Amino acid sequence: MGMTGGMTKDMAGAKRTGGGRLRFRRWRWRRPVAPLDYGRRLWLRLWVGTVLVVLHAPIVVLMVFSFNNSKRNVVWRGFTTKYYVKAWHNESLFEAFTNSLVIAAVSTVLSVIIGALVAIALWRFRFPGKAALDGAMALPLVIPEICMGVAMMVFFARIGWPVGLPWPLSLGSIIIAHVAFSFPFVAVVVRGRLAGFHREMEEAARDLGASEWRILVDILLPWLRPALVAGALLAFTLSLDDFVVTFFTAGPETVTLPVKIYSMVRFSVTPEVNAASTVLVLITVLVTALALWMQRPERLAGKAAGTVADEGGRA
Amino acid sequence: MTTMPVQGQNGPPTVVRVERLRKVFPGVVAVDDVDLDIREGEFFALLGPSGCGKTTLLRMIAGLEIPDGGRILIDGADMTFVPPNRRPVNMVFQSYALFPHMTVAENVAYGLKVEGLPREEIARRVDEVLRLVRLEGLAARRPEALSGGQRQRVALARALVKRPRVLLLDEPLSALDAKLREEMQLELSALQARLKITFVIVTHDQDEALSMADRIAVMRAGCIEQVDEPEGLYERPVNRFVASFIGRINMLEGAVRDTTGDRIVVDVAGMGRLPLAADMPLTRGQAVTLAIRPEKIAMRRLADLGAPAANGLRQRAQVDADRVVVAARVSEWAYYGDISYMVTHTLAAGLRLAVVFANATRETVEAFDIGDEVVLSWRLADMLLLTS
Repeated sequence: MGMTGGMTKDMAGAKRTGGGRLRFRRWRWRRPVAPLDYGRRLWLRLWVGTVLVVLHAPIVVLMVFSFNNSKRNVVWRGFTTKYYVKAWHNESLFEAFTNSLVIAAVSTVLSVIIGALVAIALWRFRFPGKAALDGAMALPLVIPEICMGVAMMVFFARIGWPVGLPWPLSLGSIIIAHVAFSFPFVAVVVRGRLAGFHREMEEAARDLGASEWRILVDILLPWLRPALVAGALLAFTLSLDDFVVTFFTAGPETVTLPVKIYSMVRFSVTPEVNAASTVLVLITVLVTALALWMQRPERLAGKAAGTVADEGGRA
Repeated sequence: MTTMPVQGQNGPPTVVRVERLRKVFPGVVAVDDVDLDIREGEFFALLGPSGCGKTTLLRMIAGLEIPDGGRILIDGADMTFVPPNRRPVNMVFQSYALFPHMTVAENVAYGLKVEGLPREEIARRVDEVLRLVRLEGLAARRPEALSGGQRQRVALARALVKRPRVLLLDEPLSALDAKLREEMQLELSALQARLKITFVIVTHDQDEALSMADRIAVMRAGCIEQVDEPEGLYERPVNRFVASFIGRINMLEGAVRDTTGDRIVVDVAGMGRLPLAADMPLTRGQAVTLAIRPEKIAMRRLADLGAPAANGLRQRAQVDADRVVVAARVSEWAYYGDISYMVTHTLAAGLRLAVVFANATRETVEAFDIGDEVVLSWRLADMLLLTS
């Protein structure tokens, strides 16, 4: 719309309501706000902006102060990257970081397998005790994490879980604890996807000669792919940043990054802590971005076509 | 009841034989001791209202439901409890049930792939069947990028590529719009005639069944009411249900007056005594239904008849040796372009009679209007005598 037309109307508006509303009115005159045009309502924009600031400002501050050239890290004293170097050379911090990644990777794989199988079993079959299993599976979602942590600690002490195993095996108890609280999340996501699965597809595959196993591999798993990726992502981030449960199951030799950061904070909040936290945040963001990228519709399409062609080649 | 075809007796042999087949779902008998023979190379339709058990029957033939009683024989072999992946039949599903993560070619190839056929043969047969259903150019597409009609063809190709003894189709055209459905009906018929594979189709659409099938089984509440060719079902229905389910029909309630040799005289209130040529074991006074199809009634304007004759007809219907003539008034009129459908009520007794006639000339449409007095006449030989 022409600027001049808008101006004359704005003048009239300005006379009535005062200068403060002039800008807003001109903007409104260009195109009326449609009923569902929420993005153009000022109060909604302000609200969303406030929420975003409250949510993310602390993280931004954390990241910015990881570059602060000050040991006490209260006031900004200039830019430096030396605390990243320091964190990198901090052997116990690096070890905790490695532990975290190994635990997250292994517990993610186990959680996805167990979670998907539980979801498929609860969806596919009718068996005695199904309702009980359904409820029991959801328990770790609602039990307070602190209780879970204490329970895990008592459990491992009671059964006499061996302490002092060589390195990757020493993480076993933490991995088991992580799988216990993250596989229900995978199961929930997978069940959601299963609810949209058309049973006629399964029948069609069977009618075309497929066995139960081929139906699972050829039809059901490709259908579940997005849910499996989403579930894996959930399990990975849950494991990577878990503090409470890990705190109760970790020994002196098996410290993870969140536990390590906590112990560092107890002495003093140096930019080194900020640097380690920033790395943790970045990894989480990167993994999320990777998962989203892997789920692009066009990539899914290409991938599925490739898989089938390969199998055709083998047949 | 029409006689069931017996294996080996004149004509092609039986491919699918269903014996006293029964399926009970909680609270409802879906299929109630059904017997059925489906012959080699025929286009067979299971027709009935929704919930009559026709889909359950089809799914039992496919192996997707396990019967609670009875047997299913395919080519003489007992298949009652054989799982679907080891039956020589394939199914086209109502929802098509295409695999969304596979292309058209991969969908069609899937059945051959699980069979473990060599790659070259799979490619050859997929090409062949895609050409058959005219989808050659769309092999690399995904189901979501296809129209409803194209998806339907993929589902058809996916089943046909397995070269089944019997192709089962569960309401295959119900998701298509009217025009496309008509095209696909012709195409399915042509395809079946060319391939000579036995087709069994489930449908609730009588036009679909009449236009495509060689034989039709009409089902109601888990039972088969009649098995016959389309013409037999329409012209010689065995009971009121079949008569009213297939096409439109006028029904007049009456009572048997006389049964003399090959003639049965029926008293219809407000119309008089109608002598019908029929040989049925009926007793005097038994309640029966006389039925006449709307298109078999001829209609003229009453005014064209001349005053004395018209006045006579206004009082009472006139029944000759072979014809019934009654006066009526047009009360409703539906114009379909090619045909007109009119509802009339007889002047003497107010009986409701529907009439269908072709709009053969432009003037036909203008000849009648709502409220007009008309003369209806039909041959007694065209009337049906129904006892149940």
